[in-house]
Amino acid sequence: MKAGRAPDFSPSFQGPVTRLPPRHMTVVKVSLLVCLAGLAVLAGYSVNHTLAVPAPPLQTLLHLDILYLPDYAARTSLRMFIALGLSLAFSFLYATLAAKSRRAAQILVPLLDILHSIPALGFLGFTVAFFLGLFPGQSFGAELAVISTVFASQAWTMTSGMYHSLRTIPTELEEAARCFGLTSWQKFWRLDVPCAIPALVRNAMISMAGGWFVLVYSETIAVGHTRIALPGIGSYVGMALSQQNIGAVLAAILAMIGVILAYNQLLFRPLTVWASRFRLETTEQDAILTEPWMLRLLRRTHILRGGVDHLLSFLHRLASLPLGHRPGRTAPSQTLVSKRLSDGLWLSALGVIFLGAVKVVWGYGATAYTAEQILHVVILGFYTLLRVVSMLGLASLLWVPLGVWLGLNPARAQRAQMIVQSCAAFPANLLFPLFVATIIYVHLTPAVWLTPLLMLGAQWYIVFNVINGTASFPADLLEAGETFKVTGFLWWRKIILPGITPAYLTGVLAASGSAWNAAIAAEAVQWGHETLKVQGLGAYIAQATTDGDLSAAALGLAVMTLFILALNWLVWRPLSDYAYRRLKLI
Amino acid sequence: MTSPSLSAHSVAGHASVLVEARHVSQSYHKDSTVDLLVLDDVSLTLRSGEIVGLLGRSGSGKSTLLRLLAGLLAPTSGEVVWKGEELKGPADGVSMVFSSFALFPWMTVEENVALGLEAKGVTGEERDRLVQNAIDLIGLGGYENAWPKELSGGMQQRVGLARALVVQPDLLLMDEPFSALDVLTAENLRTDLVELWSEKKLPVQAMLVVTHNIEEAVLICDRIMIFSSNPGRIAHVLTVPFTHPRDREDPAFRQFVDHIYALMTQRAPIISEADLAVGVKQAVQATPSFIALPLVSITMMIGMMEALAAHPLDGRADLPVLAEKLQLELDDLFPLGESLELLGLAELEDGDILLTNDGVHFVLSDLEERKAILNHALFHHVPLVKMICTVLDERPSHSTNADRFRSALEEVMSPDYARLTLQTVVGWARFAELFDFDEEGDRFYLEEAVSE
Repeated sequence: MKAGRAPDFSPSFQGPVTRLPPRHMTVVKVSLLVCLAGLAVLAGYSVNHTLAVPAPPLQTLLHLDILYLPDYAARTSLRMFIALGLSLAFSFLYATLAAKSRRAAQILVPLLDILHSIPALGFLGFTVAFFLGLFPGQSFGAELAVISTVFASQAWTMTSGMYHSLRTIPTELEEAARCFGLTSWQKFWRLDVPCAIPALVRNAMISMAGGWFVLVYSETIAVGHTRIALPGIGSYVGMALSQQNIGAVLAAILAMIGVILAYNQLLFRPLTVWASRFRLETTEQDAILTEPWMLRLLRRTHILRGGVDHLLSFLHRLASLPLGHRPGRTAPSQTLVSKRLSDGLWLSALGVIFLGAVKVVWGYGATAYTAEQILHVVILGFYTLLRVVSMLGLASLLWVPLGVWLGLNPARAQRAQMIVQSCAAFPANLLFPLFVATIIYVHLTPAVWLTPLLMLGAQWYIVFNVINGTASFPADLLEAGETFKVTGFLWWRKIILPGITPAYLTGVLAASGSAWNAAIAAEAVQWGHETLKVQGLGAYIAQATTDGDLSAAALGLAVMTLFILALNWLVWRPLSDYAYRRLKLI
Repeated sequence: MTSPSLSAHSVAGHASVLVEARHVSQSYHKDSTVDLLVLDDVSLTLRSGEIVGLLGRSGSGKSTLLRLLAGLLAPTSGEVVWKGEELKGPADGVSMVFSSFALFPWMTVEENVALGLEAKGVTGEERDRLVQNAIDLIGLGGYENAWPKELSGGMQQRVGLARALVVQPDLLLMDEPFSALDVLTAENLRTDLVELWSEKKLPVQAMLVVTHNIEEAVLICDRIMIFSSNPGRIAHVLTVPFTHPRDREDPAFRQFVDHIYALMTQRAPIISEADLAVGVKQAVQATPSFIALPLVSITMMIGMMEALAAHPLDGRADLPVLAEKLQLELDDLFPLGESLELLGLAELEDGDILLTNDGVHFVLSDLEERKAILNHALFHHVPLVKMICTVLDERPSHSTNADRFRSALEEVMSPDYARLTLQTVVGWARFAELFDFDEEGDRFYLEEAVSE
């Protein structure tokens, strides 16, 4: 498989920065956090009132026979596809609203940052309770629950990519669209969406790793008395686990590799090449991209080509419908006084909502939790924090030197990036059983040996970004170092480490988020009838979800989100800011 | 302000008025604490059959005026009237050409050209015919299926032109249409455009060109409006007395260009009599303590002074000649000249620039002495520098936060200009070793204070 340029993984190196740049702690974000919690409590109440009927257990017959595996794999891929579609639609709506309205942006943009920080696995208990409450005893409800959890792991990244693209549409293109009289509907499809396509494709790829992880995990889960076992690769592995069938686990891993390769070949490689047309830089660097076979098939095969053309021309006509209004002139900027006045009104309205939320959250918290319980959960949070941080450190010690070595040689770097990307997309939790089996048979201490599982998936973010950072380090600077015979420790300290720090931090930020999410799956793992558990927040959330104790799960999730946000706001963001100011290579 | 021989051109007396700006002002307050005036009470009338040029330096509001006429922006006060009715949004009969071409990279040449037609609901054969006509007219035949990024800048701008012309607009607005092109390509495209216009092959009734290139304005336009900056005003209106095609080597043409240079370097822009009455009082009380400084590096200033001092210029040069010799655009040349003038190292006079005694002294000195001269000049001619130095001297720590100066600047200029001004001042002060700036801590400090 001859690679074109590897599809991009890190937002900061090619193309526009796709993550939301400001991740500072702001008053708005803190208040939003409270409002969100209040909303969750209210939602919880209403669900409790209306859907108190206990759902009958949902049992689908699962087979461990390998012949069923292709069917399960297909179902798993289909769920992923639907979740991707939903995320896309959500991005269109949310990002457009945020980009068009200053007021909406004041809420929606910080909200995105918070949603981004909530571990998606934590949603599972709630989506299951909600959708199975709506559709008791139907597998349709379970499907919705799983898909919406996957959605929660992907939508935010895609939305922030789209939002950022919308905000960076060149003014003159925007003016051209208005000048030639495009209606808002036409403009959306002819300007806004095309501009966002590269970011959407890139961010969809980035979020695939998390998506598969969540999907595989949630296909087999018990929430209280409700057992979900949707036919799919995840439930197949779950079944294999309870029967301690290591052969079936290996088969599932192979099937998963097949699914990921298929997604890559049939969807993302063609999409990446196609999306390069929508890049706004006018440089001719895309020429290196080779046409993937799938795209060539679509473009060159007569029948397929005809079908695609029909589809495209239909979409084109749909996009050209003169719906919506023609935009008028940009209104004269309000005077300062009236702007301040309306801002004031807006803020006080938000303030009232905030106070209401404080009351609801306080009222609920005071009755549902005891101080000891909260303290206990916070202490568990510190255990998990210790695990995450130590694993980040260990992974960095291992991968920074290796990544630099890989990145220094362009050919090596390209091959390595390809491999790392495939590894990153693979849901690490499918590998957990292998580790667990080993731990049990060799009698290792779970508290120590379960910890590396956190990094199994997360480490790839670090590797990838280090390789990327090294590969894009200017050759001139390396040569300058060589001319002055800078070697050894001095070379690491003065030349390469400062050079890759911004990229490295991007990787660590992503890895940290991913590790917290993984903690929910990795701190309590099952093998046969044995469950290995360690003290930690992840295990707490997982246990609460299994017990159906949603109130405890919510507490755990809230504390974990706070830990992640605190880490973002107090550590990663200041570090990245510093790196961006001082170490950014122009 | 008289232009040479107003006789030649005859605008038909009955030509209809297409668009009119009446006492238009535009201000904005992006991130700033005060409303900043970009355009101040500008009136303009555009009739069919003429090409009008808006000439001025960057920041003079000429592009803003263009967008007001296009209906893209609404004025803060005043009104824009299009064919007798007040403009509420982009009008049907107006097309625009952008300096960055503004082509959609995901559409082929043909699709880009067809955009305006599709938005109007023109489809099928009618659309194809009009697109083909425009493409042929503008010399793009054979390029229909190319992607914009495959084309050179000149060809891209031809697509921009074809896209604007295909909707058969009454008025064509062009925002610095040739400024992103190299000299030869720009010349080629300009000549083609003027030729099509004089042969009446363009489906437009009038054109409005924004430019900062004086020669370009004289080559194309029938009427030129010269803008003054901060805030943008129409300072002069000139009628160009030449017929197309124009010869830039013609002495009368050269003289006309020289004349515009002279007008644009006049120290005080035109002052109306009403202003004169109160002018004296204003000058006393509102001595502008802070003015926006363009980002001019010290090395460019030294280079310019050395070029000026050397033979054959010997201390005095005609600005158009200097611009050509140093390969400088108007937007580089004027800020340089004005910075030198501000520091008392050179003077601008009748479209000429000449070194002052200080300037000559500077060129003849060694590095240490040059630093001393600049040190003196900065302290005495740039109030902001003096203020910073005073504060630094008073403080026992010999260091002060930069933010207070930034806020002071933002009282009188936009945040962008304030940022540029501070950046310039830091660059100059570092050369003169007056004070240093700590980017991380955002503060000014005295070098000696640290080493002591």
